[in-house]
Amino acid sequence: MGIEQFIENEVKANDVVLFMKGTPQAPMCGFSGQVVQILDHLGVPYKGLNVLESDDLRNGIKTYSNWPTIPQLYVKGEFVGGCDIIREMFQAGELQTLMKEQGLPVKADATA
Amino acid sequence: MPMNANDIERLIKGGIPDAEVTIRDLAGDGDHYAATVIAESFRGKSRVQQHKLVYDALKGQMGGALHALALQTGIPEA
Repeated sequence: MGIEQFIENEVKANDVVLFMKGTPQAPMCGFSGQVVQILDHLGVPYKGLNVLESDDLRNGIKTYSNWPTIPQLYVKGEFVGGCDIIREMFQAGELQTLMKEQGLPVKADATA
Repeated sequence: MPMNANDIERLIKGGIPDAEVTIRDLAGDGDHYAATVIAESFRGKSRVQQHKLVYDALKGQMGGALHALALQTGIPEA
């Protein structure tokens, strides 16, 4: 299976997928760590995929989304953004709204 | 080969002529910058689209020579 197909499967099979450096338990980059903190704060379940484990994945994801950096967050198969955008959306409450609109469980008090 | 703030500003303005660009050097190592890009041409575009315009203007430097660019984009105050 090609990397493109692998990514497509992961993005379609999981409601929330974070392509990151490291794992949610051990982020290996500040930007990835920031998005992990935000998702953990929201309490929404998500799958972390460590791009450091495979150069094909690390480059494939950038081609897939036409976005040059890691981390990359996908919700219900849609690319939402990288660290800057996720942080801005979280602070504006837009990330919480997006998750609720997609029927995803968010902790009640998860405000910025 | 790290980039300097002027290179970044010149590239962004090259790709987005009406952009107002402010660059902050976060670490002094030529690798970690914060940039605010305000442009009328961003009006009506989503954040992802706005950021993609900036990355396109940076002609592939983003993620390569330029390791980290904390980006904030927006439209001019009405």
